[in-house]
Formats: sequence, structure tokens, C-alpha cells
Amino acid sequence: MTQPFIQLRGVKKIYRSGKAEHLAISDATFDVMPGDLVSLVGPSGCGKSTLLKILAGLHGHDGGEVKVGSAEHAFDPSRDVGMVFQAPLLLKWRRVLQNVLLPAEILGLPMAAARERAKDLLALVGLRGSEDKYPYELSGGMQQRAAIARALVHDPKLVLMDEPFGALDALTREKMNLELLRIWKESKKTIVFVTHGISEAVFLGTRVVVLTAGPAKMADNFGIDLPYPRTLDMKTHERFGEYTRRIYRLLGIE
Amino acid sequence: MSENLQRFTLAVLAHVALIAAWYLFVRLGDVPRFVMPSPGATLNALLEPNYDWWANMLVTGTEIFGGYFLALVVGVGLALLFTWSKALEAFFMPLLVSLNMIPKVALGPLIIVWFKYGVFPNTIMAFSICVFPILLTTARGLREIEPELLDLVRSLRGSRWQLFSKVQLPGALPYIFSGMKVAAILAVAGAIVGEFLGSDRGLGYLMLQVQVTLDTPAMFMAVLLITLLGMLLYGIVLALERLLVVKDARLE
Repeated sequence: MTQPFIQLRGVKKIYRSGKAEHLAISDATFDVMPGDLVSLVGPSGCGKSTLLKILAGLHGHDGGEVKVGSAEHAFDPSRDVGMVFQAPLLLKWRRVLQNVLLPAEILGLPMAAARERAKDLLALVGLRGSEDKYPYELSGGMQQRAAIARALVHDPKLVLMDEPFGALDALTREKMNLELLRIWKESKKTIVFVTHGISEAVFLGTRVVVLTAGPAKMADNFGIDLPYPRTLDMKTHERFGEYTRRIYRLLGIE
Repeated sequence: MSENLQRFTLAVLAHVALIAAWYLFVRLGDVPRFVMPSPGATLNALLEPNYDWWANMLVTGTEIFGGYFLALVVGVGLALLFTWSKALEAFFMPLLVSLNMIPKVALGPLIIVWFKYGVFPNTIMAFSICVFPILLTTARGLREIEPELLDLVRSLRGSRWQLFSKVQLPGALPYIFSGMKVAAILAVAGAIVGEFLGSDRGLGYLMLQVQVTLDTPAMFMAVLLITLLGMLLYGIVLALERLLVVKDARLE
């Protein structure tokens, strides 16, 4: 039996500013198996980004247990996290290839090998031929593709994505969803994907974790039993509708 | 490319038109020479050997470029220091903002008391007037880092130095250059005001001398040369910006 790659047990986080306390997340209990793509879905203020930062090791937590890595899949927090944010956050003064190489530079990886890998990754995300362009020469969707390549360049075991397609237009977003599934399949990474898009969460995830706000807590956690490769017509599938309705109900929208 | 050529042609045309208008105004309006000399008379002023144009220009140039360079080193240096220590910034920044409110020209008489008159106090004058824009914009540029970019570097356990050299400093360059451009214009004003207040050499000093004899063409020429010095400095800054800052990142 494979061990979970991530195990969260009753994780709780409180932000304090002066005397005021703000509960950012509570009751977060779920597992992520190696190679899973888990969607964290919920409204603003439900703590999904906080959870992501805890997984990235950027934040501590105030209760419960967080365990990343297993006997078969050792986890080095400095090298095994790739991050993608809502904004591409490419460095304007670097060409695309140099942007993708940033994590390799910071980690001090051998650059010749990293450069080859970066080129392969740019091809993987569909940016072959854009290596020498500057970010401003790319569209929003293409910039986000480059950001995904950057998150993969140091070959991390875990990729954390915080609403990566939230700023894109609806059509580009659909397209990027399919692209992400393809990249995920080819790169065989474990991905935790934060979104407030309910249908996006179901469409992408092997598993969906639902978080609610006020008070911020985990409300549900279930596997998505739809086969891969997923196709857009699955969105009209009866089971797809059941999953999304289940989330809508939890979030109080009916 | 042809659009660039067109812009360039128009720019040259505008300048030529101004000189032509100047010429026609003086010629047709029969304006006396001591009120406004013609372009030709102004150019003729260069032939007067007593005015020592070249030496005076070197003096003023030294003050402008010296004060500017000093301001660049001190301004950027202090801003860098502030990014390394929040306490230092919290202590000094409000003070510097207040000091910035001092009209630097008003310091002139004091600078003369402290440093006598000459090239050095005028350099200090130019320095004092252009250090603040450089310092304030650099500090701002170093602060303008997206929090998520910080998260990205921290998730890779990047060092403070890596964050600074790979993200913060290159990100601040457009701000530094916008401060440098403002300062380039101010430095010229600082040096000239310094020369007006007390000096024995330089183009500003020369202007005061020829004013007494109502040699307006020489005054025009001095203003022109001062402007050229300013344009030279501004041009160097602009060229450096083009070299160091990617097109999209430049602040207009």
C-alpha cells in the first residue's frame, strides 16, 4: 500500500495582529497520494492560500499535524516545492528562458543541465521558440505557461498552484485546464491546486477538498471518479453535475 | 523604423523652426542687441577670448557631473542600506523626507559660510539638490517587490543576497533611472545657483560678469552652453537606461 505524500491532521492556523486573532483555517484533514492532483476549492477567506503556504513551508501552523514526504518519496522542503501564483510574476528584465532558470540559479544547480531541462519544459508547456522573448512579448496565458515551466525546472516533487488561471479570460482558462492536465500527466508531479472555480476544481482534480469561510474550516474531501484523460464533454456528465452540486451545497449556493 | 525616422525628423525640424523664429523676431522686430541678440550674434560671442569659454565650461561641468555622481553614490548607497535594515529606514526615512522639503537653494549662503566659495561648494550645492530624488525613488523601487515573488524566492530558501541581486535590484533599476533623470536636470540648476551665489569661475559666474557690461549675446551663449551640459548629462543617463533596462520595464 502506497503511503500518502502529504498528510494533514486537524491543521489549524491563526493570524494574530496585536490582540485581534483571525482564524485562517481549521480542521484541515486530508491526504494527498503521490502523483495526485488535489483541488482546494472555496470562497475568499476560506484559508486555501494559507494552506498552500503551510505546505510550502512559508508559514507555520498553530495546531494539528502536517507531514510532507514519505518513506518512498523523501521530501526536501527547499528543493521539492514549485510554486505558481495567480500573476505569472515573471521578471520583466529576463528573457523567458532566463526566467524559467531562476529557481535553478537560486538552488545552485548545474546550469548546463538546467538549461537543457528548461528548454524541454518550455517545449512541454507549448512555448518552444519563445526562449529568447521578453515576458511583455507574451500573452497572459503564455506568461502563465512560462511560470509553470519555472515551477518545474528544479524537478520538485510537489507543485503548489494558487489560482493560476484566475486572471485569464474564460476561453484561455478552459484551454489552460486541458494543458495543465497534459503537463501533469507527462511530468508525473503531485499537484495541489487552489481555485475558487467549482467546475475547474472538479474537472482537474483526482480529489477535491472543500473549504468554507466564516469560520474558516475544511468542509469536505472526496475523490473524483472520472477517468483521465478528461475531456470538456465530461462537464455535461451526470456525475460531474453531482460533484459540482455537492460543492455548491457546501458553500451555501443552491 | 521609418516611424522613428519621422519622429527624429520632426524633432530636428522643431528645433530649426525655433531658431528661425528667433532670428526672424530679432531681425524683423528690430530688437536691440542688448535685449535679445540674433542667433548669429550669440554665436559670435564665442570668439571673445577674454571669456575663457572652454575653461569656464569645464568648471561648471565639473560641478554638475561631480555633484551628480556624488549624489548617485550617496543616494543609491543610503537606499541600499535602508533595505538591509528596517530599523534604519524607519529612523532615517521620515527625517530625509523632511530634509527634502528644505529649498536647497536657501542653503547656498550657508554652504558658502562652511566651504568658502569655489568649485567644491558648488559641487555640494548640486549634490544637495539632486541627492533626494535619487534616494527616494531608489528606496521606493527597492520596496516595490511583489509579496508573492518574495514567497517564490523564500520557498526555494533563497538567501537575502540572492533576493537582492536577482530580484530587488534589477526590479528597482527603472525607479533608479527615473530618479536619475529628474536629478540630472536639478544638478545643473544647483551648480548654476551655486555660482550665482558665490564663485570666481564657471559659466554662472561669467553670466554675472557680462551682465554688468550688458553683453547679452554672451549671456545667451552661457545659457546655451549650460543647457548643452545638462543635455549631455541627461543623454548619458538615457543611454545607460537603454543599455540596462528592458524596454517594457522602463518608467515613462
